[in-house]
Amino acid sequence: MGRRIPLMICFVAGILMVIQFFTPPLRSVYEMVLDWYIVILVFALAVGLQTTIYLHVNKVRRRVKGYLYSLVTLVSLVSMATIGLAGGIRQGSWFMWLFEHIQVPLGATMFALLAFFMASAAYRAFRARTLEATLLLVAAVIVMLGRVPIGYFLTKGLPESIQIPAATEWILMYPNMAAKRGIMFGVALGMISTALKVIVGIERGYLGGRR
Amino acid sequence: MNWLVKLSKIDRRVVFLLIGAAAVIPLLKPLWLPVHVTEHVQKVFDFIENIPVEGQAVLLSVDYTPETFPELHPMTLAILRHCFTRNLKVVCMTLQPAGPGIAELALGTVAAEYGRKYGEDYVLLGYRPGISPVILGIGEDIKRVFVTDNYATDLGDIGMMDEIRNYDDIALVVTISGSSIPESWISYAHSRYGQLIASGVTAVMAADFYPYLQTGQFIGMLGGLKGASEYEILVERAGFSRERKTATIGMDSQSVVHLVIIVFIVLGNLAYFASRRTRREEV
Amino acid sequence: MSTNPGVWVAVIMTIGIFSFLYKDNPLYKFCEHLFVGISLGYYVALYWNNGVIPKLYIPLFRQHNYFYLIPGFLGILYFSRFVRKYAYLSRWPMAFVLGAGSGLSIPAILQARIIAQMRGTMSDTFTVSYVVMVIGVLATLSYFFFSREHKGFLKIASGIGIVYIMVGFGATFGYTVMARVSLLIGRAQFLLRDWLGIID
Repeated sequence: MGRRIPLMICFVAGILMVIQFFTPPLRSVYEMVLDWYIVILVFALAVGLQTTIYLHVNKVRRRVKGYLYSLVTLVSLVSMATIGLAGGIRQGSWFMWLFEHIQVPLGATMFALLAFFMASAAYRAFRARTLEATLLLVAAVIVMLGRVPIGYFLTKGLPESIQIPAATEWILMYPNMAAKRGIMFGVALGMISTALKVIVGIERGYLGGRR
Repeated sequence: MNWLVKLSKIDRRVVFLLIGAAAVIPLLKPLWLPVHVTEHVQKVFDFIENIPVEGQAVLLSVDYTPETFPELHPMTLAILRHCFTRNLKVVCMTLQPAGPGIAELALGTVAAEYGRKYGEDYVLLGYRPGISPVILGIGEDIKRVFVTDNYATDLGDIGMMDEIRNYDDIALVVTISGSSIPESWISYAHSRYGQLIASGVTAVMAADFYPYLQTGQFIGMLGGLKGASEYEILVERAGFSRERKTATIGMDSQSVVHLVIIVFIVLGNLAYFASRRTRREEV
Repeated sequence: MSTNPGVWVAVIMTIGIFSFLYKDNPLYKFCEHLFVGISLGYYVALYWNNGVIPKLYIPLFRQHNYFYLIPGFLGILYFSRFVRKYAYLSRWPMAFVLGAGSGLSIPAILQARIIAQMRGTMSDTFTVSYVVMVIGVLATLSYFFFSREHKGFLKIASGIGIVYIMVGFGATFGYTVMARVSLLIGRAQFLLRDWLGIID
C-alpha cells in the first residue's frame, strides 16, 4: 500500500498530462494540475533545507573538526531568513543589502576562481596526444580567438570569408551544430523513455527503500 | 629543450599570477580593440527594435544566479535599456530562486535612468517554483500562475497587467540564463504556444544551443560577455544609451587572457613533445 | 577608493574567496560556509514571499478557494519524512510531481528536440556546408548506436562521428574558457572600479 498509492498517483498524473496535449476538453484539468504542481513544489525546499540543517547541527553537536564553520552556516541561514521574513524583500531592505553585498560577490567570485584553474589545467594537461585530441585543441583555439576582438584584428587583412571570426562561426554553425544535434537526439530519446518508465512505474527510484 | 620541460613544471601559482595580470592590465591600459556585431545578436536587436510601441509587451525572464552574474547581468541591463528607450512594456519574471534579487538590481538601476514607473511601464512578477508548470501556465493565464507580483500586490491591482493575459499579449520572451532553462522555454512556450524566444546565455551553454538557432526556435542569441558587448554597442549606436559599457570594456582583457591561455597550451604541448623525444632518444 | 560600507564588505568577501588561490585558509572556509548559509536563508524568505503567500495564503484566505487545500495538504506531506512512522507519505507529493512532470515533458521534448530538429536537418538547398552538417548529424548518431558492433560501414560512420564530436567539444571548451575568464574580468572590474576607483 505504501508504494501502490504513489505509483497510481504517478501513473494518473502522467497519463493525464500526456493525453491533455491532444485533447482540448481536458484543458481545465491541465490548468488545475499546473497549479497544484507549483503549490506542491513550494514545500519541496523543506527537503533540501532539512538535509543541510541536519548535517551542520550534527557537526556542531558532536564538536567535529571545523564545527565552527558549521555554526557560521547555521547563524547566517537563520539571520538571512529572519531578516527576509520580518523586513521584506524589496530594494532598500536589509535583505537586499545582504544579497547584493554578500551573496552576489561570494557566488560570482567562486566561479571566477575557475578561470585560474582552467588555465592551469590547460597548461598542464591539454595535450595533442592523439588525432582526436588535436582536433579538439584546434577547434578550441579557433573558437577562443574568433570569439574575441583580437581574432578579427589578427586576420583583418584577409578576405572576410577566411577571417578567424568567420571560421569560428562556420565551425559553430555546421560541424559543432551537427554534433550537438546528434547528441540532442540521443538525450531526448533517453529523456522520453525515462519519463515513460517513471509514468508506468518501471522506474521507482523515487520511492526509496522498502516499506 | 630542457627549459621547456622545466617550464611545464612551474608552480601553478605562477600561472595564476600571469592570468590575473593578463586580466587586470588591459583594464588599466585599454587596447580599444573594436567589437564586431554578429548576426545572431543583430537579430535580437532588430526584433525588439521593430516591436510596435502600442503592441505587445516583452517578457524578460531573469534566469541566472550570482555565479554567472558578471557574464549575464550586462546583457540584462542592455536589453532593458533598449526596451525602456522604445517605451515597451516589460514584464519581468524568473525561474531561478536567486532571480528576484538579481532582477531587482537590474530594474532598480535601469528604470531610474529612464524614469520608468513601476506598474505602468514595468512589473516584477518574481519567482514561482517549477519550470515547466510556470512556462505552460503563462500560456493559459499569467495571473493564475503568479497571483501577485514580487511585493505581494495583487496582479489585478497593477494597471499594465490588465492588458497582459498570456503569450498572445507577449511579443517576445527574452530568457537570460546560465543553465538549460532556455531549452525549457523552447520545449514548452515555443512548441505549444508558438511564442517567439530570444536567449542570452553564458558562453558555456552557447555552443550547445546552435541547433535551436539553426531551426529558428531561437530568433537570436547573445552568447557570453561578447554577446553582451555586441548588444551594448548596438544600443549605443542607436543613441539609446550613454551608460558605461561594462561588457565592452572587458573585451580587451578577454582578448589578452585568451592569447595567454593559447600560449600556455602551445608551450605545454611543445614541452610534452620535447620530453617525449628525449625519452625516445634515451631508449 | 570607495567609502560605501557595502562595497567594503563585498571586497572582503571577494578577497576571501580569491585567497584560496594561494592556499586553503580559514578566511576562505568562513566565506564558503557563509555563502551556503546566506543562500539558504535567502531561499527561505523567497519561498515564503513568492511561494506560500501568493500560491496558498491568498487563494485560501483571501480568495476563499478551498480547493487549494488538496495541493496544500499534498505539499505538507513532504514534512512527513521527519516522522519515521509516517515518512512513507512523503512519496505521494513526489509521485505527483514526477508523474505530472514526466507527462508534460513527453510531447514537449518530442516536438522541440526531435521533430523540429529533424525538420532543421532537412533542406532543399544542397550547399557544401549543408552536406557537412547532414553527414555530421548522421555520423554522430551512428557513433552512439551500440545495438550493433561497430564494424564495416558503421565503423567508418562512427569514425567520422568522432571527428565531429571532437570539433563540437573543442568549440564548447573554447567557449567555456571564455565564460570563466568573463567571470574573472567581472570581479576584476568590481575591484578596480567600484572599490579602488582607478578605472572608469
